Amino acid sequence: MNGAALIVYILGGLTIGSSLMVILSKHPVRSVLYLILTFFLISGNYIMMNAQFVAVVNIIVYAGAIMVLFLFVLMLLNLSKDNEPKTSLTMKIAATLAGGSLLIVLLAAVKDVIMPEKIMITAMTDNQQGLVNNLGEVLFTKYVLPFEVSSILFISAMVGAILLAKREKQIID
Amino acid sequence: MILATIFESGVSIQFYLILASILFAIGAIGVLVRKNSIIMLMCIELMLNAANLLLVAFSTYFQKSDAQIFVFFIMVVAAAEATVGLSILVMAYRNARSVDVGIFNKLKG
Repeated sequence: MNGAALIVYILGGLTIGSSLMVILSKHPVRSVLYLILTFFLISGNYIMMNAQFVAVVNIIVYAGAIMVLFLFVLMLLNLSKDNEPKTSLTMKIAATLAGGSLLIVLLAAVKDVIMPEKIMITAMTDNQQGLVNNLGEVLFTKYVLPFEVSSILFISAMVGAILLAKREKQIID
Repeated sequence: MILATIFESGVSIQFYLILASILFAIGAIGVLVRKNSIIMLMCIELMLNAANLLLVAFSTYFQKSDAQIFVFFIMVVAAAEATVGLSILVMAYRNARSVDVGIFNKLKG
């Protein structure tokens, strides 16, 4: 094991740690901040796999847009530790057992994977498939129809969000 | 080029399989454990990211860029989902003054 592999293992460990803190911390704002940290660490993983476009988009869209939306909603609702809903201990144990058995099933399924080649984890390799040049070409030729359909999805999501969050007239009066 | 020799190494795909499985399980446990509906939405984002990580790992492994386009589309869908989900939660908070998912029990009629 040498330099770059060590960086990837450290990034992976930190990712698991910060995602555990998301579900363990009691304060909702702290959860959001740990989730932002998790997204940055996952972006680091993408960079180590030479997927630079996905890494940058992950930071811009997830850490930049979606998590700021979550923070704004938390700020608007003025949530704090005191009005955090409590989960009973039985429920917690049952949920952890259920999630743990899901993890065991997943690990048992992937443990026999035989894929001997290694992923080259450096920007110095010559694999170019994660760069903007190549991705743009694929996106606007092979996947141009899904790309256009996703704009319809965005418009409908925007209209739906405005309709849902708008105050009705009777409530104001 | 001592830097090139240090960086000339690889990580096996099993590491990413295990990492993505653990992240997905943490997200699933979070959805089950927490009752704050906003935190539940965040855990769903965490599970989506586990899937993204695995897609990018396999994209690098097979030297094909199609999976990274899929990651792009997953991000698009996640953004739309977060917007609509949060507006539903804000609406529910306005009516019930709580973010507990238990308030949706009232929908049983």
